[in-house]
Amino acid sequence: MKYTKSIYPIIRKQILGKKFFLQEILCHDITEKAIPGQFVHILPEGFTLRRPISICDINKEKGSITIVYEVKQEGTEWIASRNVGDTLDVLGPLGRGFTMLPDAKKVVLVGGGIGNPPMLPLAKFYGERATVISGFRNAELVILQDEFVKAGADTILCTDDGSAGTKGFVTEPLKRLIEDGRVDAVFACGPKPMLKFVAAIADEADVFCEVSLEERMGCGIGACLVCACKLNQNGESRMGHVCKDGPVFSSKEVEW
Amino acid sequence: MANLSVNVAGVDFKNPVIPASGVFGYGREYEELFPLSALGGIATKGTTLHMRPGNPAPRIAETPSGMINSVGLQNPGIDAFIEKELSNLLTKDTVILSNIAGSTAEECATVAEKLEHTDVHMIELNISCPNVKQGGAAFGVHCESAAAVTAAVRKATTKPLVVKLSPNVTDITEIARAVEAAGADALSLINTVLGMRIDINTHRPILKNNVGGMSGPAVFPLAVRMVWQVANAVKIPVIGMGGIDSGKAAIEMMMAGARAVQVGGAIFTDPYAPVRIIEEMNQWLDEHGVADINDIVGCVEPW
Repeated sequence: MKYTKSIYPIIRKQILGKKFFLQEILCHDITEKAIPGQFVHILPEGFTLRRPISICDINKEKGSITIVYEVKQEGTEWIASRNVGDTLDVLGPLGRGFTMLPDAKKVVLVGGGIGNPPMLPLAKFYGERATVISGFRNAELVILQDEFVKAGADTILCTDDGSAGTKGFVTEPLKRLIEDGRVDAVFACGPKPMLKFVAAIADEADVFCEVSLEERMGCGIGACLVCACKLNQNGESRMGHVCKDGPVFSSKEVEW
Repeated sequence: MANLSVNVAGVDFKNPVIPASGVFGYGREYEELFPLSALGGIATKGTTLHMRPGNPAPRIAETPSGMINSVGLQNPGIDAFIEKELSNLLTKDTVILSNIAGSTAEECATVAEKLEHTDVHMIELNISCPNVKQGGAAFGVHCESAAAVTAAVRKATTKPLVVKLSPNVTDITEIARAVEAAGADALSLINTVLGMRIDINTHRPILKNNVGGMSGPAVFPLAVRMVWQVANAVKIPVIGMGGIDSGKAAIEMMMAGARAVQVGGAIFTDPYAPVRIIEEMNQWLDEHGVADINDIVGCVEPW
């Protein structure tokens, strides 16, 4: 089976600032199959729809995954209310993850806001070959910078208002790094307008680029066709689905 | 263990539980979780004559005890369905109801004709999709057009024909009788109820299509009422659906008069919902000393 659904215990919880929560879930069968860029579909009790949350860390020895997410409305609020020892109803691992390039010498990971967590497993994989460019609205919302450093990656922090790191967008440092040369790949997750600019910069320089998209989902496994996104594959336009065709896409196949 | 097998319009089902059209695709994704042979049947994703890209996203939103969706009948077209999916489905040892739709009665008839030479077990004609601008629900809300499209498809096929009704009507029994008179072998109801959600921060509807079909436990009482009314208004069998999320809800729907049930939105909450519901029904029947599921069909004793 590619994915399973069961009830799993939370073994660690951390509040990462105002609206961001971290939970580590002990789930051997999901962990065994999970790769960076995939997501899990979690059911808040009493709700009809599951909430797709990207995997932020995969600990194969321990058999656990870590999720980091933003509390938006009642559904994520319920998930965030669960503590160590409580359980979560999890379906996963789901979707197509990032392409892993073991021979890459230099990769750039671009995370915008809550698009930062999926960059952590990549930072751990590429270590000092990775530069993480993180963008947030302001200093209060900055997360995961220490973890990126611990993974061995270089970090560049940008905020919209300049209250932490450099004032400005993630696209400026990305352009600089690419102009300096030798970037083998760019991986990005964040708001769609940001991803569009990141993809354009990478495509123009002919650098391999993958982006992770987000969409409201139904089943999460590719049956219900709810999470539609426009793709262009081999010159042909078609309606794809974030949960099964993605969430990770080649920058060239997304119709922006 | 009680007998769970039922017969709808001459077709034998090993149990009365059928994943509803739309939520289940063509079964491939759920086969990762349980064998499709455990199911009474499968209602496949609504299929039209030509490929349809569907509506732009977002296509779904949570609602109190339910959801609204607006997929807009995205499908690869009937030829691709027959070529790539149907023969695989027919090996799964379960009844296949091919759900079809179209913008005109002629299109629906052409789609049915294409299925005539396949081994599909039943056709479920969707005259009630709320998410497409032409056809869809437009057929299902007037007796004349509902009867006309049913008659056109009836002429095109010898397969058992199930017609799926819309709840977005003044009197569903009138539509049910018109469709029965036009040659339907069975009815399925209810399709989704037209609904809407607005993001109060942006002043925008959450769905890009503005409105969508509401389903889930919130509509269950409405569905039970309509199934009960229709089952008492027609002679042909009724397949009940709308908010069924447990064995007890399925039993209730069958007591209202449904010969079989379809499970839709509950699959999003619990991907195992159809097989869990079969187990729960079995358990309930055993606990209540009911030897045959057919004994409870329509057994409600109204005041």
